Amino acid sequence: MKQLLFWMSAIVVLLSFSHLSAQENTLTLVTYDSFAISEDVQTAFEEQAGVTLEIIRLADAGIMVNQSILSRENPLGDVLYGVDNTFLSRALDADLFVPYESPALENIPDAFKLDTEFRVTPVTYGDVCLNYDVAYFKENALPLPQSLMELTAPEYRELLVVENPATSSPGLAFLLATIAVFGETGAYTYLDFWNDLLQNDVLIVDGWTEAYYTYFSAPGRDGDRPLVVSYASSPPVEIYFSDPAPETAPTGAIVADDMCFRQVEFAGILQGTDNLEAAQQFIDFTLGLQFQEDLPLQMYVFPVNPDAELPELFTEYASVPEKPVTLSYDEIDANRERWIEAWTDEVLR
Amino acid sequence: MDRRSSALRRLRRRGGYGLLLMPLLFLAIFYFYPLASILGVSFAPQGQLDLSGFRRIITTPYYAKTLWFTTWQAALSTILTLGLALPGAYVVTRYRFSGKSILMAMATLPFVLPTVVVAAAFSALIGNNGLLNNALESLFSLDRPPIQLEQTLALILIVHVFYNYAIALRIISSYWANQSLRMEESARVLGCRGWRLWWEIRLPVLRPAILAAGVLIFIFTFTSFGVILILGGVRYATLEVEIYKQTVYYFDGLPVAAALSLVQIGIMSAMMLLYTRLQQGNSGDLRSATQIARNPETRGEKLLVMSHVGLMVILLFAPLLALVARSFTLDGNLTTQFYTRLSQNPRGSVLFVPPTEAIWNSVKFALLTTVLAVTLGLAAAYLLVQRRFRWLDPLFMLPLATSAVTLGFGFIIALDEPPLNLRTSPILIPLAHTLVALPFVVRSVLPALKSIPASIPEAGRVLGASPWQLWRLIELPLVSRGIVVGATFAFTVSMGEFGASLFIARPDTPTMPIVIYTLIRQPGVANYGQALAMSVLLMGICGLSFLLIERLRTAGVGEF
Repeated sequence: MKQLLFWMSAIVVLLSFSHLSAQENTLTLVTYDSFAISEDVQTAFEEQAGVTLEIIRLADAGIMVNQSILSRENPLGDVLYGVDNTFLSRALDADLFVPYESPALENIPDAFKLDTEFRVTPVTYGDVCLNYDVAYFKENALPLPQSLMELTAPEYRELLVVENPATSSPGLAFLLATIAVFGETGAYTYLDFWNDLLQNDVLIVDGWTEAYYTYFSAPGRDGDRPLVVSYASSPPVEIYFSDPAPETAPTGAIVADDMCFRQVEFAGILQGTDNLEAAQQFIDFTLGLQFQEDLPLQMYVFPVNPDAELPELFTEYASVPEKPVTLSYDEIDANRERWIEAWTDEVLR
Repeated sequence: MDRRSSALRRLRRRGGYGLLLMPLLFLAIFYFYPLASILGVSFAPQGQLDLSGFRRIITTPYYAKTLWFTTWQAALSTILTLGLALPGAYVVTRYRFSGKSILMAMATLPFVLPTVVVAAAFSALIGNNGLLNNALESLFSLDRPPIQLEQTLALILIVHVFYNYAIALRIISSYWANQSLRMEESARVLGCRGWRLWWEIRLPVLRPAILAAGVLIFIFTFTSFGVILILGGVRYATLEVEIYKQTVYYFDGLPVAAALSLVQIGIMSAMMLLYTRLQQGNSGDLRSATQIARNPETRGEKLLVMSHVGLMVILLFAPLLALVARSFTLDGNLTTQFYTRLSQNPRGSVLFVPPTEAIWNSVKFALLTTVLAVTLGLAAAYLLVQRRFRWLDPLFMLPLATSAVTLGFGFIIALDEPPLNLRTSPILIPLAHTLVALPFVVRSVLPALKSIPASIPEAGRVLGASPWQLWRLIELPLVSRGIVVGATFAFTVSMGEFGASLFIARPDTPTMPIVIYTLIRQPGVANYGQALAMSVLLMGICGLSFLLIERLRTAGVGEF
């Protein structure tokens, strides 16, 4: 027993010391859970800037912004990556960032440059759209819905699964799309639309994973609903992660006008960084072709740099909506709580 | 007694107290300090006390409704779990049957699985397109799935029992195995049978263990987040969910979230006070246990054993087996691709984690957690067994009752400066896990410790045993079962823990649940399959570890 205790404490001591190797000259990137880049791309940046890139992950974009605001006095890192337009206003109001106008922004379309003071730099965009089970619509000879309103029609009864906007980012984006399309006032508001969706037996679940894997009916799952709120980039990724690769795409995204909500993601240099130069280099790097072309297959988003070439899988299977819905980030932040509460009151309680 | 020896004893006693105070110090630094920090920021953002959060809670009827639902579903889940586990505990304590230790180890497995994975297992089993429904539909040529449990309260309860059955089974049976049969035998001789035997003898004897298990299960189901959200659907919300929403989405949500956290902590403290009261005035009757377990002899006994083993298998293993089956199939065909893909990194992504690394990280954190939690928990139990420190008991349960989101935010604010600059240190993960694991160790050890009659160590002392010998030779063997159960849960909690790890800042030390979480949030059947495969690996490693822990106990103290 004494021996056992000895060995156990020895293990504890060894394990605790194995982490103490601190590195000099690191650039710390604070980001969300699913942040991914290629190892090559990371190494390329590290060599170019002469720093080690350390990645600190927080649970999701919302938590990341809030935790960064709370630790403003003593920030977690040098660069914050992944604030999107639904949380941007809060981050800007909290004065989290050191402004930096990257020379690489020259190439980027103005539509993405939402912050005119350059506190944050746009890096990626993506669209939250309905995905559909191709086989189901083919077998039943059912046309795809071409507007949100059509989802309330009887032929789409019991077909749609959506995420709760209070607990899911695509769920919130879909709610925002309905608000942008139907408005809050007038004869037919977004809440009227949601009531009609409920009448049409929409299924509301907590998160994207349950919606996409448990209830969506595409192949390889147990679900029985052929329409789900997901991303425009999901269909190519679905093919990418199928083995053997299917001959035809099992899922598709509906990108009709006014049916998708556009999310733009930003990076910004955190106030209090002691590595400003490397942080600015990182911002420049995120707009460069190497990083931008790496994005689609790593994080399933689209590059803001129009010169970046998309991988074949994306040019073939991804569709980008021509007219996505969007709301200004100020408007989203000012009303998010009220909208979610009103939605919850109307739809769930 | 001469003066020197009494001085020595005083010193020893002080030293002893120092040791016993360690768990309090741990709680103070890693629980109360972060909690106070986040509450401070929430209630007094500009240095001015602002209690509007409470006003909003009181004036919004929705919160009262949520609170009511949270409470009664937890109560119902607890009663159901205890009711099912008690006969199970009887069977495993009284009878010897082959495969018992494997059964006990397997019973603890659900505990380690992330809720998303359990949801996947249940939907693979009883979902509208699940195994059971498909079989029944083709068997009786039905055109609608006969089992419609998706998004119902019944499913929430079933899954809560599935998760918590092991807590009740293991805590009660480990306690029972150390209780003497004398009282029961006398009662039998006096003609006490059947229900009366349960009601008047067994339940009172087991009361400390039943209460300990009950209070753990209640707290667990009260703070249930994933199960209710994912399986119950969005109509059912608990306080936990509300806290998450307020913290993450609402600009001025922090005061409300903090107020809700305090309400949650308040209710838990009240529960714990009630529990401490109910616990008083009880002392068990400890004796050697080996004679108690015997082979079932009569047909009735065999039937009893078989029916309960059968129940456990159906309740616990069917969903697990469905999960294993699911991880090996793609479109109805057998495949091992999800397992082989786990160690491939076709995209050369930095997000990729070799499974060996995830396993090693998890095991490393779990070992650290186990050692920390058992040491601190044992010290805490020695502290709490003394009458004058009994009131401290609820403190050790509070971390379980505190929302992971709230505490995660507390860590970010509180642990940001040397010497406690731990916000982004990997060590924070086992420390957070220890907070969650500590209550399990305390609840598993304390009942056994309390039931050691004072006469036993006294006899040893009179016979000249040193305190170390007393502890090593008398007390440790008597509480060893409790320690094993506590250690098993501490290990399991850490292996499967995911809420607390999610809400603290993580450098590159992904654990198995984090890998599962990352995989399951990407499109593509292969990613989903890999998440299930990783879950099966997680179960496998935990199962092996349980057997190993059990082996360690027998090697350490011997079967007695």
